[in-house]
Amino acid sequence: MTMRKLFTLDEIKKSLLVALWFMVLTFPILAVRVNPIYKVVEWRWHNLLMVGIGAFLLSFPWRYFQGHGKPPEKSAAAENQALKNSKILLWRRHPWVRLCAVVLATGLVLSFPFLFSSYQVNIMTTALIYVVLGLGLNIVVGLAGLLDLGYVAFYAVGAYSYALLHLHFGLSFWLCLPIGAGLAALFGILLGFPVLRLRGDYLAIVTLGFGEIIRLVLENWNEFSQGPSGISNIPRPGLPGIEMSLNASSIFLYFLMIALTLFTILVVSRLRDSRIGRAWLALREDEIACQAMGIDKTRTKLTAFALGATWAGMGGVMFAAKTTFINPASFTFLESAIILSIVVLGGMGSMLGVILSAFILILVPEYLRAFSEYRMLIFGAVLVIMMVFRPQGLISNVRHRYRFEGLKTPPEELG
Amino acid sequence: MTALLSTTHLTMDFGGLRAVDEVNLEVRQQEIVALIGPNGAGKTTLFNCITGLYRPTSGDIFVQAPGAAPKRINGLKPNQVTALGLARTFQNIRLFPHMTVLENVMIGRHCRTTSNILGAVLKDRHTRREEQETVAFSYRLLEKVHLDRYVNELARNLPYGAQRRLEIARALATEPFLLLLDEPAAGMNPLETRELDDLITRIRNEMGIAILLIEHDMKLVMNISDRIFVMEYGKEIAVGTPLEIRSNPRVIEAYLGADSHA
Amino acid sequence: MDYFLELFLGGLTRGSIYALIALGYTMVYGIIELINFAHGEIYMIGAFTALIAASVLAIMGFGPVPILFLAMLLAILYSCAYGYTLEKIAYKPLRHSNRLAPLISAIGMSIFFQNYVLLAQTSDFLPFPSLLPEVPFLEPYAYIIRSSEIFIILTTLVVMVLLSLLIRFTRIGKAMRATAQDRTMAMLLGVDVNRVISVTFVIGSAMAAIGGVLIASHIGQINFYIGFIAGIKAFTAAVLGGIGSIPGAVLGSLVLGWTESFATGYISSDYEDVFAFGFLVLILIFRPAGLLGKTAAQKV
Repeated sequence: MTMRKLFTLDEIKKSLLVALWFMVLTFPILAVRVNPIYKVVEWRWHNLLMVGIGAFLLSFPWRYFQGHGKPPEKSAAAENQALKNSKILLWRRHPWVRLCAVVLATGLVLSFPFLFSSYQVNIMTTALIYVVLGLGLNIVVGLAGLLDLGYVAFYAVGAYSYALLHLHFGLSFWLCLPIGAGLAALFGILLGFPVLRLRGDYLAIVTLGFGEIIRLVLENWNEFSQGPSGISNIPRPGLPGIEMSLNASSIFLYFLMIALTLFTILVVSRLRDSRIGRAWLALREDEIACQAMGIDKTRTKLTAFALGATWAGMGGVMFAAKTTFINPASFTFLESAIILSIVVLGGMGSMLGVILSAFILILVPEYLRAFSEYRMLIFGAVLVIMMVFRPQGLISNVRHRYRFEGLKTPPEELG
Repeated sequence: MTALLSTTHLTMDFGGLRAVDEVNLEVRQQEIVALIGPNGAGKTTLFNCITGLYRPTSGDIFVQAPGAAPKRINGLKPNQVTALGLARTFQNIRLFPHMTVLENVMIGRHCRTTSNILGAVLKDRHTRREEQETVAFSYRLLEKVHLDRYVNELARNLPYGAQRRLEIARALATEPFLLLLDEPAAGMNPLETRELDDLITRIRNEMGIAILLIEHDMKLVMNISDRIFVMEYGKEIAVGTPLEIRSNPRVIEAYLGADSHA
Repeated sequence: MDYFLELFLGGLTRGSIYALIALGYTMVYGIIELINFAHGEIYMIGAFTALIAASVLAIMGFGPVPILFLAMLLAILYSCAYGYTLEKIAYKPLRHSNRLAPLISAIGMSIFFQNYVLLAQTSDFLPFPSLLPEVPFLEPYAYIIRSSEIFIILTTLVVMVLLSLLIRFTRIGKAMRATAQDRTMAMLLGVDVNRVISVTFVIGSAMAAIGGVLIASHIGQINFYIGFIAGIKAFTAAVLGGIGSIPGAVLGSLVLGWTESFATGYISSDYEDVFAFGFLVLILIFRPAGLLGKTAAQKV
């Protein structure tokens, strides 16, 4: 289908039908609102009109990209080639561009808390927590290909470790950060051991069930977790002997999050290009071949699962320290879904993509207040649209390339 | 000559269906053995039993690495079998399509290397050296199968015959003493098949690796095999040198049929 | 004994509702091996449609019996339309991609539907009118079984019988069985697989809508989140019975209904959902093929 063919009478007729269908479909829920107590009906015809127009307009690109966007087996190679030659990637490789980018980014990161209000700094800290969570889940979903829908459980383990250990034993943030990470990893191993032999979609459901169990237990076991009312007065991290104002402590937390993010990036990127990381990728690609090549399936999955959980645990401790108050409502399935959206939108396995999409998905709703109501609606739509049109995410994962001195024949690129 | 691999009364049932029936198979050192038989004779099932993908219903599989004691491998996991020194390829190529050619081979080195998570994060000297060795080893293997031009190419972009060779290189990277090839010539053109013929012989002669292969291309089988096993309906119906098999009336009747003149 | 009977019948009622939803999961799974994560939302949308229809009709002055029938009919029609559209938008384009893609897409649709209803209607619980009539002769036993429970159990029974007749004797039923066995082969033999898949979604959605209206009327309130919990539980039931197996889904639903009913009745009601989720985790770990499912050897 070419651009010109898109606006023929036939196509317009198709789109009109689609619009009509969606208007009928959304009629009761969007156009009617009943107040059962006062027995009045509110008709909202303007909603219906908007759906009609929206469906009409969107149906064109939907059909257009469906005809086009799906790369059949043959064009996969061409697409790969195009990707390799894409300007962004060429730029990225250029040393000067790299240097400038690094200097610019460093300057921005360092000056940010002094240029903007502490409100902005707090939002940025939140976004960084999601970057870390996204990178952590990326190990599990993106690299090892294990769909974990209960990632929030490990996040909760981290947050509650800090809150409870401080409440009962007065342990400091610095001690709780590794403990929280360790406990989350332990939970990851405990859960992973029995469930990791399950098939992909079953694994997804079991992890989801596990996430919900953790939340429900936190909600109902009052003696342990103080139930739905949660735990308050969690201290922000400090340095021994230094009193910090609220503003200073949020700046401190911001830099702490920057440090944790950099640490995460370093660790995850090194892991990805290591023996373990290759085994994860191979596992994602073909489990049977992977085993036949001598890779212990269970162990490899377990390391991915436990490492992912570790980062969720650290994120949880950070989250508790930042908000100073936690309750089970922060750890619902939707939280897992947000983190999953970050990974999927970013491009499974691609670190730059995940970082980028964490910022987009967390900052855009924060700054566009009008948007924030529709946030979850958009997350849902993003998951579907990405799967249909661009399953590889914003930035596809590019594999490590090796150089060889004195090759007999120069490496050949296939088109 | 010792038997590297021997099965005794190996049997595999799927529900009521007996796919492999009391098979006694033996592969000796430095030998090229072909496993032939009509479709559905149970050849691939036999492979899957040997490599640990299936757990046989009854019977035993013994493996004896050169200079080691024989070991019963029933019920071992596939990765454990590979670690012992058996490596395989698949009938319907199973590469890691979105990884590069070199990385595919490097995966084969996994069970012969030891770097752990901590090493990967810290990049200590041991890890760095091992990584370099892995790259170099894998690259040499790619040279051996004439795929070194494609090192950084994604595996899925390779032509069909090259994918089959890559699968062999990947299996060789695990340093096996016995290589199991499941229809390595399937889908290859005559030129590619001749190259494969040469490659298999070189693997045996230069690397001293024994080979057990399933193949339908009779010309290839007759050319390179030291011995041939013939299966039909899960049972072993004949075993012998290519010459003996060619003239075995049972085999001609069961399998070769019109092809026997080829 | 009365308490036991009350719990038993309560469990049977729950189980019936789970069965109506679980059948949708199991049929879709049987045909395209997809966990239709948004199925619970179809049930929720059915209940909302019925609520809106019933309220509007009541204000217009209709009597209780026409309200019941019209609201039920509209709920079924709309759920079917949503189920059909869901499949066309979120699953059909992904028919040939890897296993995780449709699952992620399904999760996306589930979140989308929940928030669609949340934004278009309300996040509060809405009172749901009692559509099911009271049966006078049951009144002396009301402490054991309510008449709405009888309705639920009987309706479920009728739906089950109709479904098995449809699958066994009609053309589309045969096409569905053929597609479930081997999609490619069915296609080669001239079965319109796309149509079969659509019909499966529509039938599943219709049953979910019936379940949604019945349970909402029985409990008396709904919100946008009811589909998520009910969906997970029905999925648990389907897996418990052996996903893909229709009698399995019914059996699994009843077992789950009774387990929940007795566990909350005799142990504690705080952990009602924990029992269900715990049950799900345990089944998948110890018997992933379910009670009536078959373990298929993986083809290598």
